[in-house]
Amino acid sequence: MTIAWNEYEPGNFYDEMISSPGNARKPAQKLLSYLKSLSEGDINSRKQAAELTIREMGVSFTIYTEEGNIDRAWPFDIIPRIIAKKQWDQTAAGLRQRLQALNMFIDDLYHDQKIIKDGIIPEFVLKQSTNYRTECKNISPALGVWAHICGTDLVRHTDGNFYVLEDNLRVPSGVSYMLENRSIMKRVLPEVFEKVTIAPVGDYPARLFDMLAELSPRRVKKPVVVVLTPGIFNSAYFEHAFLAQQMGAELVEGSDLVVPEDNKVYMKTIDGLARVDVIYRRIDDVFLDPEVFRKDSVVGVPGLMRAWRAGNVALANAPGAGVADDKVIYAFVPAVIKYYLDQDPLIPNVETFLCYDEKQRQHVLNNLDTLVVKPANESGGYGMLIGPHSTKKERDQFAELIEANPRNYIAQPTLALSTAPTLVGKNIAEPRHLDLRPFILQGKETYVTTGGLTRVAMKKGSLVVNSSQGGGSKDTWIVDTEVDNK
Amino acid sequence: MMLSKVAERVYWTARYLERIESTARIISIYDKLLFDLPRDVKLSWYNLITINSAQDDFNERYSVRDERNVVKFMLGDTHNSGSVISSLDAIRENIRTTRDVVLEETWELTNELSMYTRENLQQGINRSKRHEYLDNIIKGCQQILGLLYGNMPHDAAWEFLRLGRNLERADMTTRNLDAGSAAIIELAVDDSAVNVHQIIWGNVLRSLNAELSYRRSMRCAVKGNAVVQYLLEDSAFPRAIVHCYNALIDSCSRLPNSRALVTQLTKERNKLKKSPKHEKLDEPLRDYLNTLQIQLGNIHQKISEIWFPKIG
Repeated sequence: MTIAWNEYEPGNFYDEMISSPGNARKPAQKLLSYLKSLSEGDINSRKQAAELTIREMGVSFTIYTEEGNIDRAWPFDIIPRIIAKKQWDQTAAGLRQRLQALNMFIDDLYHDQKIIKDGIIPEFVLKQSTNYRTECKNISPALGVWAHICGTDLVRHTDGNFYVLEDNLRVPSGVSYMLENRSIMKRVLPEVFEKVTIAPVGDYPARLFDMLAELSPRRVKKPVVVVLTPGIFNSAYFEHAFLAQQMGAELVEGSDLVVPEDNKVYMKTIDGLARVDVIYRRIDDVFLDPEVFRKDSVVGVPGLMRAWRAGNVALANAPGAGVADDKVIYAFVPAVIKYYLDQDPLIPNVETFLCYDEKQRQHVLNNLDTLVVKPANESGGYGMLIGPHSTKKERDQFAELIEANPRNYIAQPTLALSTAPTLVGKNIAEPRHLDLRPFILQGKETYVTTGGLTRVAMKKGSLVVNSSQGGGSKDTWIVDTEVDNK
Repeated sequence: MMLSKVAERVYWTARYLERIESTARIISIYDKLLFDLPRDVKLSWYNLITINSAQDDFNERYSVRDERNVVKFMLGDTHNSGSVISSLDAIRENIRTTRDVVLEETWELTNELSMYTRENLQQGINRSKRHEYLDNIIKGCQQILGLLYGNMPHDAAWEFLRLGRNLERADMTTRNLDAGSAAIIELAVDDSAVNVHQIIWGNVLRSLNAELSYRRSMRCAVKGNAVVQYLLEDSAFPRAIVHCYNALIDSCSRLPNSRALVTQLTKERNKLKKSPKHEKLDEPLRDYLNTLQIQLGNIHQKISEIWFPKIG
């Protein structure tokens, strides 16, 4: 018995693959007919092949537990998630627009703050932003860009449209899994790649490297680019090593770098000290430089900020870029796009209630059982209240938190995240909710990955897609139906 | 341009890889040696622990010095930092942190070998399938080595791999010779000693994969003196100590700031070529081998001082 596709029932959600029982959406039609041709044994052996491949490729992520750090194999579902190229192209344009506006916004915040003077964003929002760094004021990074690498979380609503859920401008992770997912798929379901025109994803590391090299303060032919990692115990270490390898850049830890009195960054090599031009840092702002930020940081580099301020090294992302990650600021992004680019946003935001506003706060407090409440400056899905899944006690607790610090909370309607068929048993596919994290690069040009990382909530009905909390992933296919039908 | 830290990790990757292969090889040879020896000759598995200077660690964990415990300790004991499984963990950790300089496939092959070794450990501990198990581990190591040989650019990372490999090899060869010598001493009183000598030295050669090349090069039967001389002084055989020295000298001279070390190594190598002849292959030989081991330890110190990250 193969998968009973006629019994697959996505319910009231938008399903990425199935439009009505037994029928696929246009870009997924070839995939579905291929999947239908697979026997139970085939599906199982593909699934096992995927698991073995992941272990052999050593694709893992680290979770922190009381007993120490555990290296887990990357959870992966072999049924890909498919998006039509036409729709993707529009989405990609929207992502480019968004990041360009955000970079103009960040640059403005650290210089004249015109947007505040013009009354678009209230001053106290900025004043109370935990990720605004006064140390970065009046610094002008190359090309006026602060957030060079952005991971934006998109969700698809029942109307079939993409919405931006949040922007990650600090140290977004996941792109290596996007790339590895594709390598796994090529090994596991090679036949489909012959039948369907799937846009490749593999050029990301080269684009990343070129963008980083553009930032070099020294005009040299081959600027020295390094990836700065907090080390092997970081949950995203796999990715740091992967990207360094794919780019041919050095993977360094804080202890490998020094900044002497000349305010230049050097790395310790077997030949002695060697100058570093560009640092793709995967360490949070506050741990970057114990001379400026947290003094107890052991993963940072003393003097790094001196070197950056002096213009002797480029940091990507620039310190302070995370100010736009604030979920209160997020609510203003459509206005930000309008203000700097004089354009309407191509991708809408999710409706957001700001708890600092009296009226909106009352609405939130009255509707805690249907809303999702989020702290303004957390990431990884922590510290949230998911109303419909919450207990009375949790809601009371959040009501207190909100009253105590309204500026720190926002609320959004519980989203009807789209679903896609996911293998849950031997030959059973059930709908599971998912989101999408594309990655956007901005240097001289702006680049968007083809698709992105699709994260899946593996538990039935769950909306939590974070891998640290039981989420899985799927390969994401941007399919050009017009080419295929020729 | 190479980070000091990366140099150190690459160097240790090579050392551990070599250590795994030698450990698998020595257990597999010991297995056969015991079959060959006359029944009344009692040779203890515990010798393997002594050869590796692991008596303290072993005795802390086990009270019975039997085959099962020795093999378990050497293959699968995670408390023994020199066991095959611990060495594989160390390699994984090192490769994971140097993925930007070693070949991509090295990572996958290491994962495969690590998975195989763990999942089939019981086969190694029981005798019936031990040969196949050890053989697969040795093949796994050779596969990685072969991959690096055929594909890795001969840059600084390569030289550090070579340094690690050859230093570990030289050390292992002294330990194998020491094992032979220890066995001779242990069995000295036995009447069948002449035959036994040949079996023991034959096995020393085999455990270093040197039997064939010994015969071709020395053109004589397996005799203790000749075996010792061959494994110390031959410049063509990859596990002979002079050969390892030549490789060390060559690699060091391609790396920066190495002049003093190259001079020292050359001096030591020239002395090795004129190693004292030990007629009886007993204590004085063991002392000499011990001196060599200390000398090799000292080379490691020098390498660390010149190229690896400063501590503190």
